Amino acid sequence: MTKSSLRRSNHLLSDPKQQIKILASGTFSSGALPTFSETLNKQDVTLKTDTLDILQVNLGYMCNQTCAHCHVDAGPDRKEIMSPETIDQVIDAIDRFLPNTLDLTGGAPEMNPEFKRLVSAAVERSVDDIIVRSNLTILESNDHFKSYPQFFKENGLHVVSSLPHYSMKTTDRQRGKGVFSKSINALRRLNALGYGRVKNLKLDLVYNPSGAFLPGSEKELEADFKRKLKTDFDIDFNRLFCITNLPISRFLEYLQASENYEEYMEVLVAAFNPATLSGLMCRNTLSVGYDGKIYDCDFNQMLQMPVSGKKQHLIDLQRGDYSGRKIVVHQHCYGCTAGSGSSCQGSIS
Amino acid sequence: MSDNYYNSKDLKNFKNISDWSKPLGDRFFEYYSKVFEEGALSAREKSLIALAVSHVVKCPYCIDAYTKDGLQRGVTEEEMMEAVHAGAAIESGATLVHAVQMMNKHKKLSH
Repeated sequence: MTKSSLRRSNHLLSDPKQQIKILASGTFSSGALPTFSETLNKQDVTLKTDTLDILQVNLGYMCNQTCAHCHVDAGPDRKEIMSPETIDQVIDAIDRFLPNTLDLTGGAPEMNPEFKRLVSAAVERSVDDIIVRSNLTILESNDHFKSYPQFFKENGLHVVSSLPHYSMKTTDRQRGKGVFSKSINALRRLNALGYGRVKNLKLDLVYNPSGAFLPGSEKELEADFKRKLKTDFDIDFNRLFCITNLPISRFLEYLQASENYEEYMEVLVAAFNPATLSGLMCRNTLSVGYDGKIYDCDFNQMLQMPVSGKKQHLIDLQRGDYSGRKIVVHQHCYGCTAGSGSSCQGSIS
Repeated sequence: MSDNYYNSKDLKNFKNISDWSKPLGDRFFEYYSKVFEEGALSAREKSLIALAVSHVVKCPYCIDAYTKDGLQRGVTEEEMMEAVHAGAAIESGATLVHAVQMMNKHKKLSH
């Protein structure tokens, strides 16, 4: 299991083509497990986009952390960040698409020098819900970033932050030594500003399993997180989003290195829940890469599987182009349809 | 046939016990799922009890199942190990309490 990015360690799986090759072979090519497309065919379903609600923008793969399960393979060594020109294109896209939600992700989105400009532009355009997916530790990293929570508040940003567990041991194992304490400090500062405590300052946490298993009940985990974080640290938050680890990038590398890959895929396939199909995030989301290329979701972005059709860059896409496009799928999609389903907003059903 | 008495893949086929006796199998699984629902005890507490009992009855299938179940519920390593110790303490206590019988018998027979 890697502690640096796959890219930095020249790992074979740093190449998305190699990841797709693994997902296409083995138990899927032998017919032991049905491919995701075969499962959709069996359900007589073709996944297509509905209406664009969420514009999810990846501001770059640079991050101050190197988390064990990162599907982005982000880290301090990744230099790919969205340029000012592409930020302009995103702002133009907000004008064209009028999304209800602008979802800013990374890496650590705050590390893009254009972050504040993009947020201000979205505020000017009255985007209803502007999400920053903050890893929390960046807000503790130096005086510059320590001022960001105040900026979040002034602009009414919705903060969504990963916290794999309410115990230090589990969190630090997945996200790095010292991450838990820094995260707690950042959460306390966000709380002090009103986040998670007053109505319009939403603070949601993201839980993903620390290993080769599916998340449990979102409702029960949320109750446990709330009780433990309140009792131990006097921390409040709004919702807990449970996200399933998809078998790509560093998590795929972990699954292979720990010899859990086949069993994990069997679990995902066995847990396929057709009721999740109508609520999949790819149906109302457009994922934008740091270079302006567009994808059906953040995971397809990391696998470099662009949207179907000829218009594969943000500047090409007009408002009317979004709906009815066939969504590009592969075996990793089983992660979003397992059990209660999984999306960037937590479970589906 | 496997040369081993236990095969971890057999757990997935547990439901197949209904194939040879559907009414009894169905009633067992209905009862089983009902037992582990939220009640006076939380599902999380019941999962920890099940983990402890799994060790006491030395069922490798149950240990796999309830370790995974605990992980999914966010149960910590410390909680899991304390649950196993609770089971182990009862099990060893059940052995040791028989020592009173030994002592009684010894006293009765000894001059």
